[in-house]
Amino acid sequence: MSAHRDGVGISPREVSLPASHLLARGAWVAGGVGLAALAAGWLLGAGSARFYAAYLVAFLYFLTVALGGLFFVLLQFATRSGWSVTVRRLGEHVMGTLPLFVVLFVPVALGAPKLFSWMAPGAAAHDPNLAGKALFLNPGFFYLRSAVYLVLWGVMAWWFRRRSLAQDSTGDPAVTRLLQSASAPALLVFAITLTLASFDWIMSLDPHWYSTIFGVYVFAGSAVAIFALVILLALVLERRGPLAGVITTEHYHDLGKLLFSFMAFWAYIAFSQYMLMWYGNLPEETIWFGQRLGHGWLGFSVALALSNFVLPFFFLLSRDVKRRRVTIGIGAAWLLAAHYVDVYWLVMPSLAAHGVGSGFRLDWLDLLAFVAVGGMFLGALGLLMRRPALIPVADPRLPESLSFENM
Amino acid sequence: MAEATTAGVWGALAEFTAPEKLLAACRGVREAGYKAFDAHSPFPVHGLERAMGLRRSLVPLFVLVLGLSGAAGGMLLQWWVATRAYPLVISGKPLFSWQAFVPIMFEVGVLGGALGAVSGFLILSRLPRHHHPLFGSAAFERASDDRFFLSVEAADPRFDREATLALLADLGASRVELVAAGDGAHGGGRSGVIGEERGEELR
Repeated sequence: MSAHRDGVGISPREVSLPASHLLARGAWVAGGVGLAALAAGWLLGAGSARFYAAYLVAFLYFLTVALGGLFFVLLQFATRSGWSVTVRRLGEHVMGTLPLFVVLFVPVALGAPKLFSWMAPGAAAHDPNLAGKALFLNPGFFYLRSAVYLVLWGVMAWWFRRRSLAQDSTGDPAVTRLLQSASAPALLVFAITLTLASFDWIMSLDPHWYSTIFGVYVFAGSAVAIFALVILLALVLERRGPLAGVITTEHYHDLGKLLFSFMAFWAYIAFSQYMLMWYGNLPEETIWFGQRLGHGWLGFSVALALSNFVLPFFFLLSRDVKRRRVTIGIGAAWLLAAHYVDVYWLVMPSLAAHGVGSGFRLDWLDLLAFVAVGGMFLGALGLLMRRPALIPVADPRLPESLSFENM
Repeated sequence: MAEATTAGVWGALAEFTAPEKLLAACRGVREAGYKAFDAHSPFPVHGLERAMGLRRSLVPLFVLVLGLSGAAGGMLLQWWVATRAYPLVISGKPLFSWQAFVPIMFEVGVLGGALGAVSGFLILSRLPRHHHPLFGSAAFERASDDRFFLSVEAADPRFDREATLALLADLGASRVELVAAGDGAHGGGRSGVIGEERGEELR
């Protein structure tokens, strides 16, 4: 327990990542490994559709984590939370990686014609359904929209992060007020862009299929992922690290509660989407689930439900599990890994139905793409964490955050 | 000895003027070895459960058991209705279409959990109950206003009229008194055993 548990007069140096910490030391290595994996995947995959499919899954996996960071930070400002101030900066560092995804999108943009069947020349000519959607689903507008989402996310993340970091040295409480009032419109932009991006980059893999709840589904998964990652980052940085004494059992308990509730929210949304389509039994809607409940994907779908909901639900139910660092760490790591199953399940069966791969079969390219995007993501995260304090030392609510207790 | 001195006495009541004093007194009483004591405060006091050495509440267990029973019962009922009692084919789907039954299962599970929470709370705190000996104390009315109270039951093996009151006074109570046993059936909470001794004020 540090001498500064009251949260007054902590200097940024005390709560910064030491240069010797693995996250800081390994940043360039992780980025380098990522680049090497990307090159290897590129060479092995030879620009095949399977390579781009693997890359899209990895890209979406880490993008949803980073977007979860943006949501996490905006949520804390919008609700004017006191409890979360010590862990908010971790979310700010995670969302700081969003500008990187502008670059990481390049392979997706290159592979798009191979992934999105509606992009094929003349695809709409014999398909009145696609012809009707051509005003929206055309390559030019698709790339334009993609650019708009990525730029908006990057700008929002940096705008919030820079001001929050500046407050560390100025101590100006006006920053908190400004970010609070900016957070609500930013959440609106976040909700609309995330929904449209999930339509463009995931739903349109099967251009005939549509689900109005789809954006919420992707959002729910991304929220689960960020609460899991924040818990893991806090655990890593607390263990003989700079955050010892400033993150308490109470913070893990609350993060655990949010992790649990968003996991249940994900299951609620996932089942809502499934049940309504099952009930209505309209072929144009059920085809998407048909692809996932047959064609070699049934076991994978069962694994999705078990890994993302059933098992973690009973594991994380108890209060003690959320308050013990070992058990909450296991729960968070499990759900962060399970999020990959979710993204894989969203992307791959649709592509299989359009001729890329078939039933569930992991490929070396999946691993390479994951290491590629993950390495660069982790590297960027390490670099972002290297200098600034890991908690907002001058936030007016920091003392509140350090002394709060769950009743 | 204890038989003679505690006849007709429900316990001792101590009044405190600040939550910190109540916290300290709870620790003191617990360290002195008392088990049957309780704290009364107009608002939740942080750390009070720890100071009192309370075990975790058993209410979550009620919620879990009744929630799971509710969910299972909800599904069982629908299975019985749809496949045994009134087997009707609806829109060509199987008789046991579990997908359609999940929302009802969920709702009955939530209902069971909610009933478990309420009934668990009532059972564990022995409610409803129309009277409590503490209500015989006029001072105790301020427990819902601006005073903090600690009560020690005479049923505690360590209870002793003089020693317990002295301990409470030592622990910073602004006022201590003995509370008479009684169910309130004879008017105003007066005890039929020690009558006039009710609410005896020592300070």
